[in-house]
Amino acid sequence: MRPANPTSGSAGSPAAGGRPTRVAPPSRPGQSHPGSAPHRRSSRSTDLAREVAGAVPDPEIPVLTIEDLGILRDVEVSPDGHVHVTITPTYSGCPAMDAIRADVVEALGREGYAEVTVALVLSPAWTTDWMSEAGKQKLVEYGIAPPAARDPEGPVALTLSLRCPQCGSPDTRELSRFGSTACKSLWVCNSCREPFDHFKTI
Amino acid sequence: MNDVAAERELVLAHVRYLLALADDTLVASQRLGEWIASAPELEEDVALANIGLDLLGQARALLTHAGGREGRGRDEDELAYFRDERDFLNVQLVERDNGDFAVTMARLLLLATYLHELWTALLTSTDETLAAIAAKAVKEADYHVDHARMWVLRLGGGTEESHRRMQAGLDAEWPYAEELFDDSHIAPVVLETGIAVDPATLREPWLRRVEAVVDQATLTLPDSRPAVTGGRRGIHTEQMGYLLAEMQHLARSHPGASW
Repeated sequence: MRPANPTSGSAGSPAAGGRPTRVAPPSRPGQSHPGSAPHRRSSRSTDLAREVAGAVPDPEIPVLTIEDLGILRDVEVSPDGHVHVTITPTYSGCPAMDAIRADVVEALGREGYAEVTVALVLSPAWTTDWMSEAGKQKLVEYGIAPPAARDPEGPVALTLSLRCPQCGSPDTRELSRFGSTACKSLWVCNSCREPFDHFKTI
Repeated sequence: MNDVAAERELVLAHVRYLLALADDTLVASQRLGEWIASAPELEEDVALANIGLDLLGQARALLTHAGGREGRGRDEDELAYFRDERDFLNVQLVERDNGDFAVTMARLLLLATYLHELWTALLTSTDETLAAIAAKAVKEADYHVDHARMWVLRLGGGTEESHRRMQAGLDAEWPYAEELFDDSHIAPVVLETGIAVDPATLREPWLRRVEAVVDQATLTLPDSRPAVTGGRRGIHTEQMGYLLAEMQHLARSHPGASW
């Protein structure tokens, strides 16, 4: 796990300084980025910028792109070439968000987009249903059991049984509800004896 | 009162409400972080770190929102690192020393159950940013309640020694839970405008849920009187000063430092 605050003795301190980009406070739902609304979309450039930003890998689970994860909400390019990217966190305290912001700015910079603003929005809240089917398949191939589909009206589903992503056996058990990152729990397979991560359904 | 003064009063009351929420989660997060490398097992180091991280993320969003609403240019770091003890509005429940693992689990059960009720109620807050923070936090709180519940059940129904210590943990934390439902710091205007939730209304559902866990764990719900507190007015325990010293010293010793 990446500590939120590497120079502090504990992980329970707010991060300070050192941000690669200026980050807007959470926007209100339904309100797009203040800079994007009045501009006419430059569609070709926007498509390219979206492709570049979407291909940025998640720093914790690099087999997934941020597009696969469903945390890339919007990419717009103003006529002056300024790119406005909107992302949403999986968990409130996800420490990868700062790295993702920096990676998006860097990836777009390599394609010649010098002006990039990455905004963080909370609403609508991310759920594992935002993850693409391709993303879930990549997780299995990577050795992580993917999240199940959620019942949007029901409470958070507590997963009772999972198929081992290594050997396929359904005979598995949960070791710890909290795994190596906020979004995962730790499981072990009773058949092949291998431990594996499960991307929690939220 | 003219409109400008009324608006100013609303902003101040709104910011104060947000800061109390932010400080509960920030300080609880700081305490949970102390368990890293000291928990009974490795998985528990990871679990408490993750729960602390969720709370820290919630605190950051709340502090950022409070600073924005205040409009004086204070960001999350300014609010976390450069306010003094009397400016913190968290309940004393979260700031006291961790005690043993049973004390921490008792505290987590009481706090997380309250937060889960609170976030659920705030989903319909007229403050749309607060409602968005609540929508993320409620799912996280669900896991926190469940984690605390499983440990309370395991320790309460475990050995004689684990039962004794779990009961002692509950007894130690119980008097401080009452402050969670104190609404004296919430100005009527933030309740009337639908921004805030009156915490007193959360007490009954909270009690039902906590009582169910305590019963199932073969423990006894304490009938002790509420502690004399004052966290919502900025009155804190001696231990709060040490917590802030550790949390804030780096940012204060090296203003503007980045890494």
